[in-house]
Amino acid sequence: MSALIAALLIAALVAFVVWLLSGPFRARAPVAAPADSDERRALESAKEAKYAEIRDNETDFRTGKLSDEDFRALNRQLRAEAVEILRAIDELDSQTSVPTD
Amino acid sequence: MAFAGRIALVLALVVALYGIAAALYGARRGRRDWVDSARRSVYCLAAVLTVAMVILEVAFIRNDFAYNTVANTSSTTTPLLYRAAAMWSSQEGSLLLWVWLLSIWSSVATFITRNRLRDIVPYATSVLLGFGAFFTTLLVFFDSPFAQTHPAPVEGAGLDPLLRNPSMLIHPPMLYSGYTFFTIPFAFAVGALIVRRVDADWIRVTRRFALASWLFLGIGVLLGARWSYYELGWGGYWGWDPVENAALMPWLISTAFLHSVMIQEKRGMLKIWNASLVLAASTLAIVGTFLVRSGVLNSIHAFGASTLGIPFVTLIAVMVAGSVYLVVSRREVLRSEHTLDSLFSREAAFLLNNVVLVALCFVIFWGTFFPLISKAATGTSQLVGVTWFDRYTVPLALILVLLSGIGPVIAWRRATLANARRNFLLPLAAAALMAIAAYTVVPIGSSIGAVVLFCGAVFVFASVGQEFWRGWRARRAMSSESPPVALYSMVRRNRRRYGGYIVHVGIAVLFIGVAASSTFQHEQQLSLRVGQSVRVGAYTMKYVGATGSVVNDPNHTGATMTLGAVLRVTRGGHYVTTLRPSAGYYPAAQILPGQVVAGLISGDAVDQVGLQSSWRRDLWAAIKPLGTTLPALGAPLPEAGLVAQADALVPTTDSTVKQLGLAYYVLLPAIVRHYVNFPPPASFTLIASPLVMWIWIGGLIVLLGGLTAIWPSPAALRSRVRARYLARVAQELGRA
Repeated sequence: MSALIAALLIAALVAFVVWLLSGPFRARAPVAAPADSDERRALESAKEAKYAEIRDNETDFRTGKLSDEDFRALNRQLRAEAVEILRAIDELDSQTSVPTD
Repeated sequence: MAFAGRIALVLALVVALYGIAAALYGARRGRRDWVDSARRSVYCLAAVLTVAMVILEVAFIRNDFAYNTVANTSSTTTPLLYRAAAMWSSQEGSLLLWVWLLSIWSSVATFITRNRLRDIVPYATSVLLGFGAFFTTLLVFFDSPFAQTHPAPVEGAGLDPLLRNPSMLIHPPMLYSGYTFFTIPFAFAVGALIVRRVDADWIRVTRRFALASWLFLGIGVLLGARWSYYELGWGGYWGWDPVENAALMPWLISTAFLHSVMIQEKRGMLKIWNASLVLAASTLAIVGTFLVRSGVLNSIHAFGASTLGIPFVTLIAVMVAGSVYLVVSRREVLRSEHTLDSLFSREAAFLLNNVVLVALCFVIFWGTFFPLISKAATGTSQLVGVTWFDRYTVPLALILVLLSGIGPVIAWRRATLANARRNFLLPLAAAALMAIAAYTVVPIGSSIGAVVLFCGAVFVFASVGQEFWRGWRARRAMSSESPPVALYSMVRRNRRRYGGYIVHVGIAVLFIGVAASSTFQHEQQLSLRVGQSVRVGAYTMKYVGATGSVVNDPNHTGATMTLGAVLRVTRGGHYVTTLRPSAGYYPAAQILPGQVVAGLISGDAVDQVGLQSSWRRDLWAAIKPLGTTLPALGAPLPEAGLVAQADALVPTTDSTVKQLGLAYYVLLPAIVRHYVNFPPPASFTLIASPLVMWIWIGGLIVLLGGLTAIWPSPAALRSRVRARYLARVAQELGRA
């Protein structure tokens, strides 16, 4: 009985593994990842990080770690950097969008 | 079913090797389907290894002694909970636990990143599966947990009595989770360096997994310290044991990384440093795994020498060589984008924090491996003791506490003198008050180290408290929220910052507990008769009477016989508490003919401490009933004369069952009754130690802070914030 259970278990495991891993052998056509998706994700992450930095800067100002002058200068710089990232995202989007007539 | 287990391990190895090939092929050819198949092979690895784990666990629970590992580490008299945990007391079982946890956490990591970092993930997947292949190779070819002996022995050797503690259920899995989690940032670091991409997305993914590793390993280390305190009978929680140190080192390096990665995020600096820290932390985690089982260094964890030294050393060498190669060959990508604006800035404080943490790690590394270093250099192995470690680690720890208070109140990029005055005034004043109190109200002035640490901790509390107060006040000014909601919102919107502050508070609390308990502890080691008492600090402990039991172990560890004491503790004549330390006696590995009674109690003897904890102090007691050594037995036994007489009464012609029955139900109870009624002197270790509980409380606070920092922000909040800032930035764009 134990041997039968063991055999069934092994068979089930092998079948499961083969089924799960055999995707490339069963697929009709290979699917390539969109080339720009990683670049867009990287820009999105950079944007999120920049916004977090802007928020941190504001928190530092409100909790008294920055003078008014330092805060404004840094805020300007960080927002300018955010603008550059947004421009890069827009540019990427315009390159990958389908043109319409 | 053992055959099914062996097949499962072979299948796991095949899956891992397939996954590596699929990942690399998919990466090189840009074939998404192969990369997806590689990711699924990680899931398969987890599924197959789960089956192997279940088969082995069932064997332990069912007492299937045909399995060698079950026979060597478990027995019918081992309580069920400890039978379930006995699996990872053996080398093969612990390796299976390690690779199973690796497969589980790798599955989580590859699932989370299934649509991200598409160029990095295939290489990261192949590295993770590489670790999986390494460990499954060890299990398949070197040390199988499914090796069997036929016919099966009727009884097993039993779990080592030292391991019969509830911590056995959680400490190794937590520690191994920490170790295995470290492979994930390592894998992603290797992948990022291979494709030459160390951007914000990589940082975000790596940082989260590094924080998870840090959390798990920290919990594992603290649980180990707590276990040592409760179990080992020496009254301490940290002895600079090599295996303890091996777990602490990657934790220190990852602490450094979690700080310095913020500099990379904000300023694009320290890329080489961060990459090196991530790679080093994981390498040290593998070193720690190796030390747990290898026996190359003397350790309380050395439960047997390992045969796996060469494979592990090879893996460590490959990791080190590969890491160095990647960092050196990718140094152009890792070039810093900015330089340090000011030495008076949060960046500079984090840099100093990193230097101190790495220095601490180096000191611990040197001290831990000094026996091997000295043997290689001089031919003689020399140990360094606790005093050596304390001499170099304590000053560094004091600096760390101070930096924990400075970091939160100093600005990024550049802090001005005016702001410094505003931000440091309150914390410095609080620390000064503490210094005054140390020599007046709080009696710690006798130790300058303790004074400095207490002042540093108060400095941390004040600076973090100030940060919470100001942030909360600013939140309330911006919103119409009630005070508690404003506090909650403030933390929720900036979990990393305030989670980190909470961790700092936890570390300071923990250090207070360490400083107080190690500096102001009172200890007595002496022999007492019933009726005698001794002064331990401000307390008087009186040996009131002896206790004993047979079979019904009051500590539920399966001890054959337990002998203990009742200690009445008073202070200034007033009753405080009663402590009940005991010593458990376990069967010998082999019971010789004519020595049945002695054989049942002459195995390991393990202390069960008597302990009363409060927020002010711990009262701790351990007992060693004195005894004499019988011929042919290695260790002294209490009531040895009676034991010898009892053995003479057991008819050797009777069956084993009858002999054991006589011993268990007649002779041993009689010996225990004699011990209780006519107790001989016993050796005691008695300790009164202040603020020990704050070590564990500090650890819980660190855990709370870590969970706060790692908790994901709600998506809705992210998109609302994003939309608001988008609008603001768009406005600026319009004006430009």
